[in-house]
This record gives sequence, structure tokens and C-alpha cells, in this order.
Amino acid sequence: MNAVEMLSDFCLLTGGALCITGGVGLLRMPDFFSRVHAAGLTETLAAPLLLAGIMLQMGWSLDLFKVLAILVLVLATNPTATHAMAKAALHGGHLPKLGASATDAEEDASSKV
Amino acid sequence: MVLALIRAFEGPSAYDRMLAANLFGTKTVLVIALGGYALDWHSYLDVALLYAMVNFVSTIAVMRFFEYSGMTQDDSEDGGPS
Repeated sequence: MNAVEMLSDFCLLTGGALCITGGVGLLRMPDFFSRVHAAGLTETLAAPLLLAGIMLQMGWSLDLFKVLAILVLVLATNPTATHAMAKAALHGGHLPKLGASATDAEEDASSKV
Repeated sequence: MVLALIRAFEGPSAYDRMLAANLFGTKTVLVIALGGYALDWHSYLDVALLYAMVNFVSTIAVMRFFEYSGMTQDDSEDGGPS
């Protein structure tokens, strides 16, 4: 039982740290697509870690299956939403910044479009 | 969550705002589930489940709206919503 509690605490702490990291990344990243990356970090790793942390503390009950349903739903839908957002931004005219050759890439892409 | 709200209010484009809104919704689901467990409010897990569904549907709907209403010429080449 003690090992389960330690594992649960580890999951909760790591999930909270990743939540804060995702928020800071969302605020500080220079580009929309890197912000998508920072948001996807929160959605695909922090949410399952936090929900697994409460599932480990919960024991066998109906609530465990409810949290499992939340976990499956979050894991299935949020990467889909992130992908749809990135695709919509790419179709809507956003282009990723590509380091030193960003201006050349933007000029090429704008000439193509 | 506060950082996501700052990005949502300051975001240079509509996509940034929508991304921040989606992230805020995900974190709200996590906060509702964690708080409902920690305070022994069992019905809050159902609330979190429903909130996750509504968050996904709203994000997809708004992204479809942006994707197929802003552009006029290039979207016809994609063959509509697929």
C-alpha cells in the first residue's frame, strides 16, 4: 500500500509540474506551432498523470471507472482537437518560423500561395 | 490556468486564443476531477466527464468555422469537410 501511495504522489507531482510547464510554454513560445507543442504536452502527459494519480489513491469503486472514462476521453479527444487547430491555422495562412531561413521560407511559401 | 488565460487575452491571432481556451478547458477538467476527489464530492467526476466532451466539441466546431469560412478560394480544393 505504501508503494502505491508513493507512486500516486509521484504521478500527482509530475503532472502538476507538467501543467505549470505547459502554461509557461504557452505564454513564452514565439510561434503558434510551438505553442501547439506546449499545449499538447499538457494534454497528453499531464492529464493522464494527474488522473492516474487519483485513480491509484481511489481504490476499487465506481468512481475509478468514471475517472478511467475521463482519461480515455481526454486522451482520445484532445490530441484530435490540437491537430484540428494546427491544421486550421496552417490552412488559414499561418506558417511556422524556421530559424535562420525563416524569411526565405515565408517568401517561398507566399510566392507559392 | 492563469498563464493560459493571459495568452487567451493577449494572443496575436484567433488560433492562439482558441488554443489557450482549449488548454484552459483541459485544465478545468483536471481541477474539477481532482477537487471532486479531494473533497469527496462524487458527482463532480460526472461534471468533469461532461466538461471534457463539451470542450472537445466546442473546439472542433470553432476550428471548422475558422477553417472553412475565412478562406474562399483555397478551401474548395480540399473537397469540403472530410
